Amino acid sequence: MKNGWEAVIGMEIHAQLSTETKIFCACPTSFGETPNSNTCPVCLGLPGALPVLNWRAVELGARAALALGLKINEVSIFARKNYFYPDLPKGYQISQYDKPFSSDGILTIMTAERDDQGRPIEWKPMTIRIVRLHLEEDAGKNVHEGLPEVDKFSYIDLNRAGTPLAEIVTAPDFRSSWQAYDYVNHVRRALQWVGASDADMEKGNLRCEANVSVRKIGETGFRPKVELKNLNSVRFMQKAIEYEINRQIEAYERGEEVVQETRLWDEKNNCTRVMRSKEEAHDYRYFPEPDLPPLIVSKEWIEKIKAEMPELPDAMRDRFIKDYGLSFADANQLVSEKSLAEFYEQTAKLSGSPRTSANFILSELLRELNNAGITVAESKITAEKMAELIKLRDEDKINNIQAKEVLAEMFRTGKSAHEVVKEKGFEQISDVATIEKLVEEVIEKNAKQVEDYRKGNQKIFGFFVGQVMKASQGKANPKVVNEVLKAKL
Amino acid sequence: MSQIRAKIEKVLDNAERLNEVLNAFLTIDREYALKRADELENSPIHGKLHGVPIAVKDNICTSWTRTTCASRILANYRPQYNATVVEKLLAEGAVIIGKTNMDEFAMGSSNENSAFGIVRNPWDLERVPGGSSGGSAAAVAAGIVDVALGSDTGGSIRQPASFCGVFGIKPTYGRVSRYGLVAFGSSLDQIGVFGRTTRNVAEVLEVISGRDERDATSADVPVPEYTKQLDDEIKGVKIGFPRSLFGEGLDAEVKSTIEQAIENFASIGAEIVEIDLPLLKYGIAVYYIIATAEASSNLARYDGVRYGFRAEDVHELRQMYYKTREEGFGAEVKRRIMLGTYVLSSGYYDAYYAKAQKVRTLLRSDFQAAFQKCDVIITPTSPTVAFRIGEKTDDPLAMYLSDVYTVTANLVSIPGISVPCGLSKEGLPIGMQILGNYWSESLLLRLSNAYELFFPIQAKPKVWVEKE
Ligand SMILES: [Zn+2]
Repeated sequence: MKNGWEAVIGMEIHAQLSTETKIFCACPTSFGETPNSNTCPVCLGLPGALPVLNWRAVELGARAALALGLKINEVSIFARKNYFYPDLPKGYQISQYDKPFSSDGILTIMTAERDDQGRPIEWKPMTIRIVRLHLEEDAGKNVHEGLPEVDKFSYIDLNRAGTPLAEIVTAPDFRSSWQAYDYVNHVRRALQWVGASDADMEKGNLRCEANVSVRKIGETGFRPKVELKNLNSVRFMQKAIEYEINRQIEAYERGEEVVQETRLWDEKNNCTRVMRSKEEAHDYRYFPEPDLPPLIVSKEWIEKIKAEMPELPDAMRDRFIKDYGLSFADANQLVSEKSLAEFYEQTAKLSGSPRTSANFILSELLRELNNAGITVAESKITAEKMAELIKLRDEDKINNIQAKEVLAEMFRTGKSAHEVVKEKGFEQISDVATIEKLVEEVIEKNAKQVEDYRKGNQKIFGFFVGQVMKASQGKANPKVVNEVLKAKL
Repeated sequence: MSQIRAKIEKVLDNAERLNEVLNAFLTIDREYALKRADELENSPIHGKLHGVPIAVKDNICTSWTRTTCASRILANYRPQYNATVVEKLLAEGAVIIGKTNMDEFAMGSSNENSAFGIVRNPWDLERVPGGSSGGSAAAVAAGIVDVALGSDTGGSIRQPASFCGVFGIKPTYGRVSRYGLVAFGSSLDQIGVFGRTTRNVAEVLEVISGRDERDATSADVPVPEYTKQLDDEIKGVKIGFPRSLFGEGLDAEVKSTIEQAIENFASIGAEIVEIDLPLLKYGIAVYYIIATAEASSNLARYDGVRYGFRAEDVHELRQMYYKTREEGFGAEVKRRIMLGTYVLSSGYYDAYYAKAQKVRTLLRSDFQAAFQKCDVIITPTSPTVAFRIGEKTDDPLAMYLSDVYTVTANLVSIPGISVPCGLSKEGLPIGMQILGNYWSESLLLRLSNAYELFFPIQAKPKVWVEKE
């Protein structure tokens, strides 16, 4: 970084846990319902109503914690975080404070700086500390649009109030915006992988905040940090952090101070803006939630959750490299999403050709998926069908160009590889007798060229191949054609 | 006319008539109560409280009528659900005739903090009924109902029971569901029962006790049949006498009455052992830190967004919060919110709240040590008899100190009952408090019942319904 500066970045992620009901009541967490319909006295915060912990949220929180290398604490305490806001019906949020559900995580991620085009330069492992993952409830939403007299009134929708969240906080271990970017993507994938969260930033079920400061390389203390909010996508987050790093360095270089404050990312103007200063910061007056007993989980319970965890992406990647001889880059890309990784592994096993499978999936299938904007799980292609196609190709029953066309058709219609090949008439002719017949016809029709060739003009061999292929409408197996031609000429 | 309807009509007449003097009820729902009486008359099911009229403190949610907590801020608030205790009472056939007056949000020891007027003590209309459940105590004392529900955070059932000469129990924390009890100090609050007799108390406590899935702090401990154990032997029960608590600040007449009561117990077979509770003197300090801290958070939801009351002429969010809370809450509630906010503030938390929690833990061990030596502990319920209206309103600290005997039971989560045990020279009731270990309600009721039978108080308060 320029002039001997380095960035110091810590991340906070709020991930919605994929429970069917809210964390402290039985209301559904379904999205897009009529405002205030998914509510009850508990999530409305009505006087006298009391929270009761949804155990499913604890299980998913545990999966998330384990997937991110955190230690689950056998005793954790819910605490009230007190502040006033209209979308917070009780005037406090039930969260966890000095005794979180899990803590002391060590996580290794792959990260790379990017070139001018945003392409990764070199992937390297990086180890970061995750301070804690705790459980808490979400607030509701203030609504300012699409309702009568919105210029005069704000409306409140409490459907989201009480949705379970996991808050994941790292130590200030990141030194660049791309590291933070790769971290968030790692977390997203991990949470989706273990089924803890849909972790979709666009839908708001994964939200990020970044704490950013800079310092001179060699300094050990921290300078005032800025908290960045309103980061609605990973890309915006990376841009906001980058902007903020530069803003702070420039300020210090001008001899100005950076003040501790909260800033928002302004999407339109590509810059950060002050949201509130340190003086306006809340004193949340945390104290243990008296309505909920301590959350106690046994060692056996933790072991049971561990046993139920799927193989994690990094372990799977390393296994693909070892067992299937894949390159790091290919293996890493295959585990970018769980359904893809599983699809690959099944295809590899069924087809018996792990490398062809990897090549085909990463080049052809991924292109189709990206074009359609779906995951493999959502596509019409199954691993069985894919393996069938790989086999046809491996056995040279179809050529590469045909295979691509077959895949495109399979992708579109969901038909099997054999069906498509038959329909398109792609089946390669490898039968020697049939090819001999074709070759004889070509020799007969092109007496002059045959003579030339036999006189020593080897160059025109390709001409005969072309003629035979043409006569077979492209279906003849080129290898067999070669052999037969050589023999007959 | 049906029998139940006739009975309920009579109760409603009495309630309406005496309320003009006592102001014990904030709501008397005649229409609802009579309809309910008719339904019960035709019902084939006869619950344990079939047709029994009951008054309920106005911080316990009822879906058919308003629940105000005696606060302007909830003056017109009608809950959309019933508290678990209300559901349980209704399931056993009780008829809730109305909602009783109280100190605003249960904060007070005199019932002078109600936004809807003070409650008068049926024994002397110039005196307070105690608080915060003053309306329930007065309604039972005047004979309007035989039983009423109250809530007790630091003595709010036992102290008014004592001032009004009735029986009042605060159960073990977790014995009765708090679901639907508007929270004041969540780790201290417990719903309990006032009764004309110990049996009345036992009958209702038996119905409202037990684990509730909707209250994570309610305990899964079996509920004994209190009424069936009332007459069991009390011979050999060890009564702890904490001599050091019978000193400074305790009214001489109250002191001698309670000492006499302890002797009376000895005369009917109880064993008296001296015990020491060295930390009890810190109870008040610890209580007013923890209770106010929890209250400051519990009362944050009354912000003008919901529940009906919003300050007029506000144009901006913060202004709405400030003005609504300024106008909606009374002085004592605001004082406690400020205290509680302060003790939780960053920089003060460790010195106040965290330290108070540590002392609370020590208090628990103090009591556990005492219960190694005795089965129950007897103290005065209050250091004085009912004081005069206005006597302590300008001195909140003096008011807080009058809770000295009661607050610790809430801090250590144990049950306590106040039992009428005499009258002062001026003819005012004196109550003794019997404290027991966790889940010892049955023993407390047995002792109360025995005392009531052997040493009955015949006098009636000045304001008293004529019984036919
Ligand atoms: Zn709900």
